[in-house]
Order: sequence, then structure tokens, then C-alpha cells
Amino acid sequence: MNSGTLVAGQVVFEQKSFWRNPGSAFFAFLFPIIFLVVFATLFKGSTAPVGNTTVPYDDYYIPALVAFGVMGACFTNIAMSLSIRRDSGVLKRFRGTPLPPWALIAGVVGSSIIVSIILVLLTTIFGIAVYSVHAPQHIDAVVATVAVGALAFCALGMAMTIVIPNADAAPAIVNAVFLPIVFISGTFFPVPSSSVLAQIAEVFPVRHFINAMFTAFDPAHQSSTGFNGTDLLVMAAWGAGAVVIASLRFRWEPNKV
Amino acid sequence: MTAIVVDGLRKSYGAVEAVRGVSFHVETGEVFGLLGPNGAGKTTTIEILEGYRKRDAGNVTVLGMDPQHGGRKLRERVGLVLQEAAVPPRLTVTELVELYRGYYPKPRPAAEIIELVGLGEKAKERVNKLSGGQQRRLDVALGLVGDPELVFLDEPTTGFDPSARRAAWEVVRNMRTLGKTIVLTTHYMDEAQYLADRICVIAAGRVVAEGTPETLRAHTEQRTHIRFEMPDGLDASAVPIALTVEEGVATIATSTPTRSLRDLTTWAVAQGLELPNLEVMRPSLEDVYLELTANE
Repeated sequence: MNSGTLVAGQVVFEQKSFWRNPGSAFFAFLFPIIFLVVFATLFKGSTAPVGNTTVPYDDYYIPALVAFGVMGACFTNIAMSLSIRRDSGVLKRFRGTPLPPWALIAGVVGSSIIVSIILVLLTTIFGIAVYSVHAPQHIDAVVATVAVGALAFCALGMAMTIVIPNADAAPAIVNAVFLPIVFISGTFFPVPSSSVLAQIAEVFPVRHFINAMFTAFDPAHQSSTGFNGTDLLVMAAWGAGAVVIASLRFRWEPNKV
Repeated sequence: MTAIVVDGLRKSYGAVEAVRGVSFHVETGEVFGLLGPNGAGKTTTIEILEGYRKRDAGNVTVLGMDPQHGGRKLRERVGLVLQEAAVPPRLTVTELVELYRGYYPKPRPAAEIIELVGLGEKAKERVNKLSGGQQRRLDVALGLVGDPELVFLDEPTTGFDPSARRAAWEVVRNMRTLGKTIVLTTHYMDEAQYLADRICVIAAGRVVAEGTPETLRAHTEQRTHIRFEMPDGLDASAVPIALTVEEGVATIATSTPTRSLRDLTTWAVAQGLELPNLEVMRPSLEDVYLELTANE
């Protein structure tokens, strides 16, 4: 079989599985949109301090939510759906066919990236149209940041399945790890860099993703290129680490009780 | 030609030795029944043949390849129906069969394979709308879609109602007619008796018997049973042959059924007695199986 055809078939399969499942479609897709409306309404008219300057809250919030959407579509979605499939024996069954494992993973990642791109576009357009935020200043930097972030968080989602014992535990474990980090990283409101929370968040990739996205959107024209090398590097490093761990420890079969 | 060779296979999980030197072979085109109680090492053996587990010792070839290293080349020629594997829930039957068709070099037509397992009317239904038995049949369809030379069926009819089981048996028979080699595990002895050309019984990690269902039934210490209903008023001690009576049914266990039957009927005719529901029963495969695995 042609590799391209195989991967395309897997992407279509993943897309059908995603959109037809109310659970994944809701959490990964509607969640960021709901957050967008709720927080934007809540903080209407306020401003957010970023670095040495202040920007309208919506200008801070839209890039952060773009990153949040990508993380949900990649990290949360992959960690949960692969755990559920592993537990039910679906992965084991795939493993017994000639489908190469890399093609299955490519399908999962490709599908998550498609959902990510839709979310990035929707969130951005919604922000511009409804909340009058500035359009992204550096499109190339936005594309690069989404690409690095999506791949890194897909890898982290795969690695996450290693510590998830079974399907029932998946939502609890994923959210217990993800949501606190999302909060302290300043996704919903800015967390000043000098604070302890921010210092802790600096260790994890979420804050770097949001920061890189804000730099790429660049509403206050602070950056000449929109690229934040450090943030992108930290994310890439987390992603690379996750790839190594996942390739060593990823399980295709349910845990034996 | 030999499809599978297993020679001195061993496998331990920690301190537990699940498979302790199992040897057997499966000929091309036969239905090979692998029987044994839960925990006998049956599933471990099958999963080694399927390429899911690594063996500790022994030689194994499947279609001339080592299943541990056969990879894609081997999986293109082998169909698996696993004991507890689920199918992805959100696709329709046809979509899923089409997806799997794409994995194999020479798949069979989707409509044909769906019809073969009796899901023709459910072809456009989503998998999660199917009953458990229908999902299982879809699982069988996915195992056959690549037109494999060798098929592993791990307890394929568990949970089926009698008519679905009969239908599944016909599917297996048809596969055999097409020249497929089939390795079947089951807990139903009637299934093994009906489908298997040869049977291998595994208990406590070892092969305890191997042969056709007929030879297994012949080489047993179990005796033939002659049964009849005790006529009213007849006392067991009046019958000149040793028998046991339980709930009004007399049973004579004998290793010389011809002689015993003659003795019994000669005596009954002389007494002017008709023995209601008289029957002669050979030990069933189930009797033999229970005897072979009794030491568990």
C-alpha cells in the first residue's frame, strides 16, 4: 500500500471518529469557543499588563485562547482518545493488521492538526469580528507557532497515555494535569512574570506556547518578527522529550488487571 | 505443507510459567482446534503465534516466518479475530470494512465480506448501534477482509445465540472450503467437534492430547454408557448387570458395549420387559476433554 494513501485513509477515519463523538467534539472544539465568550464578556473593557505595556484584555486573551484550542485538540484529545481505544482493544486490533504503527500515529496527529487549524481560524476571526481585536501582525510566526505547538502537544498527549491506567481514569488524570497548568500559565488572565505561579509555569510548555502566540499576534507592535525563539525552543524540547518517552513506553494493549 | 510449527515453546510471566514446552503443527488447509481451560496457556500460545508476545524459548514459524519478526509481510497474510478486541464505534460497518481493506494488498470486496458474516442489512449502520453479537461478527469480517491464508479465531462465538453460532460455523466451514488454514480456540466442545479437523488440548502449559476428534474419543478411559428408564416396580438388584440408578434412569458404564447390550436385552426379552428410552452413548468430546483436563 502507498504510504500517502494509508495516512490519508487514517486521517479521514480519525476525522469521522472525532466529529461523530459528542464527547470529543464538545471538549476539544466547543470548550475553547465557550471560554472565549464567557471570559471576553466577563472582562469586557479591561486591560491586561504584558511586559512593559498594557493591551486591551481581548488582545491578550484571543492569542491565549488560540493556543488553548490547539492544546485541547492535540494534547487532551489524543491522551483521552488513545487511552480509550487502548482500553477497549481497538489499538491491539489495529496492531494485528498490516497498518504500520507510524501510519496510525500520523493519522491521529494529522487529524488533531486539522481540528487545531479550524479552531485557530475560528477563534481569530471571532475575536476580530466580535471583540475587535487586532488581526495577527505576523502570519508566518502564527503559522510556525501553531505548527510547533501542535506537534509538541500531540507528542505530549501520546506520552500522557503512559501514566493513564485505564479509560475510566483518562478524563480525571488528563484534566488534573492539564487544567492547573493552564490556569497558572495565564491562559485566562495574565499572570505577571515576577510571580511565583509564573515561575512555576515557566517550567512547563503551556506558558511558552501562550507567550509565543502573543508575540506572533503582537497587538502592541513590540516585536519585529513575531518569533519568540526561546518559547518555541522550550516547547520543541518538551515535544522531543515526549516523543522519546512515547516511543519507548507507549502501550498498544489494555493493562492486565 | 505445514502452516504453523511450534516446537518446545516456553513462556513465563515473572515466576509463573504459562507455557512449558508446547509442540504442535498445523497443516495448510485444516481447521485446528486449540482447547484448554482458562489459564492453561492457550491464549499465551495464540498471542505468540499472532506476534503479540515474545517467546522465552522454542521454535515457532507461521507461514514460514518467525511471528516475532514477520512484521507487515506476515500480517498481510494472516487474519486475526481476537478474544476481546473492540471495533472503533463511530464508523459505519461499510466504512470500517473499507478502511481495513486499504491495509491489504488483495482485499475481498466489502459487500461480499459483509454479506458473508450476515451483516448485509446493517451495512450503513454505525458500529455503536450494533448488538454485541453483531459487533463480534463485524470483528470476524475484519479478520477476513484481507483474504488471509491463515486465520486465528479466538473464541469467535462466545456470547452468540444458537442460530448466530450455527451461522458462524457455516462461515468457518466456507473458509475451509476456500482452502484457508484456521486456528480456532473455543470452550464449546460441540463447536470443536463440528469444525475442527484436529484438536490439541493444552492443560497447565503442556499439550495433554492431540488428534482428530474421533481418535481423541477413541483413546479414552471413559466408557460407553447404556441408559434406559427403569420400568415401574423393577429393582436394580434384579438386573444381572451392574448399573447405577439416578432419578429413575439406569446407567451401565461399560468398555464392552456390544456384550453388555446383548446381556441386557437378552435378559429383558426373557423377562418380557420393554426398556423405555433405551440408548447407547459413546463418550462425548466433552467427557474426554473433562477427563484430560481434570488434574488442573
